[in-house]
Amino acid sequence: MITVKNLNKYFGDLHVLKNINMDVNRGEVVVVIGPSGSGKTTLLRSLNILETPEEGEITIGKQSVDFSKPLKKAQAVDFRKQTGMVFQNHNLFPHFTALENVMEGPVTVQKVSKAKARERAADILTKVGLGEKLDTYPHQLSGGQQQRVGIARALATGVEVILFDEPTSALDPELVGDVLDVMKELAEEGMTMVVVTHEMSFAEEVADRVIFMDQGKIVEEGKPEQIFHHTNEPRTQQFLNRIRK
Amino acid sequence: MTAHIRKFQRSGLVKMYLNNIFTDPEMQEKYMDILVSSFLPLVKGAFYYTIPLTLITFGIGLVLAIFTALMRLSNLKTLQWIARVYVSIIRGTPLLVQLFIIFFGLPSVGVTINPLYSAIIGFSLNMGAYNSEIIRAAILSIPKGQWEASHSIGMTNLQALRRVVLPQATRVSIPPLSNSFIGLIKDTSLASTITYTEMFRNAQEIAANNYEFLLVYTEAAAIYWVICIGLSFVQDRVENRLDQYVAK
Repeated sequence: MITVKNLNKYFGDLHVLKNINMDVNRGEVVVVIGPSGSGKTTLLRSLNILETPEEGEITIGKQSVDFSKPLKKAQAVDFRKQTGMVFQNHNLFPHFTALENVMEGPVTVQKVSKAKARERAADILTKVGLGEKLDTYPHQLSGGQQQRVGIARALATGVEVILFDEPTSALDPELVGDVLDVMKELAEEGMTMVVVTHEMSFAEEVADRVIFMDQGKIVEEGKPEQIFHHTNEPRTQQFLNRIRK
Repeated sequence: MTAHIRKFQRSGLVKMYLNNIFTDPEMQEKYMDILVSSFLPLVKGAFYYTIPLTLITFGIGLVLAIFTALMRLSNLKTLQWIARVYVSIIRGTPLLVQLFIIFFGLPSVGVTINPLYSAIIGFSLNMGAYNSEIIRAAILSIPKGQWEASHSIGMTNLQALRRVVLPQATRVSIPPLSNSFIGLIKDTSLASTITYTEMFRNAQEIAANNYEFLLVYTEAAAIYWVICIGLSFVQDRVENRLDQYVAK
């Protein structure tokens, strides 16, 4: 489903992604962990070209982007249509209600009729447990509810891949559970997911594969069981020890 | 300062004026007549000329402003510079001088424009330049995450601008735009200098006949003030409506 080849990204002199190679299969849940500054968020954002790497190639579905060639705007727009994204700070549209937030992609981008989009958006919001909050503005929702609207918005265009950028990091601890539950449900339904997170228990329970990144490189990847309990990489051990304290 | 006020008091003019207004029935009647007879022409001037001129030029100016702001924010250096030069020239020269160039100056090169169109061109160009900076700032004030979220659901830049960024920028720009709208209403009095008969031109003509400059000009000022008070109310209502989705 996703193939990343020799990806390199610089911020000025800083080499933030160093020759990244990775694959994600259809229906797979891949969790990316690592210390802050390890490049995991940059990698995720590169997957829908919110960051533009300088070198390398990303293939999602049938579309490929080679970053060594100049990127056309239209190409980036088409490429992004294949993935949904859930942001750390949700980035909901504050001037739209929950329902309108979810309808926006289908109506504006896919030109679905408003009536149809409304029906479908209401279904998705009900599925994430917000059937009662359709006409509520984002600022009237709790952080966890906002993030679930964010997930609903990402789902609305019928994408096959959803990228999660630390979806629970900005939430109060008691609100994290609701969001993770929705994500688990998606995983069980076979959604392809790439998740950057610090929720190790979620990673252990839900991930098909865990990728550990440090200093712009993928240090190791494997089954959660192996990464969390049987790793031989000193850097992975060090990171996990620090987190488990 | 105080010396001036003393001299002023000694001259007895203030006292005489106040006496006339408050005690002399004959003068009271005369002033009242002037106020009443000039009221209609002034209000007519306001409703037929001042307010329409303001609305038209603000509207054209707003369109100009949006395009200028977008040019400034575009990636194309040429567009950026055209916008910069335009804003710089208009903001760097007096409005009165611009009006004079358009109305009195251009005929020298064979371009004769009547007072109304001269005023519309002058004020619109002015509003376009000033408001473009307001709109540019408002667009820049919308968090980057809103663009990213728009792109993440597949929107083009234009769709993101139209559906997500501009609606939010509108809310941010209402207070400063109201400010420049109120400024414009008062600035339209400058059109009197290029022989456009708006409200203040009427006031000048009335005062030139009865020599009651203080009375007539104060009356004109009061009418400007009342219009601006009305506008402030409208501004409050618009702001309240747009604020409904914002956490307080």
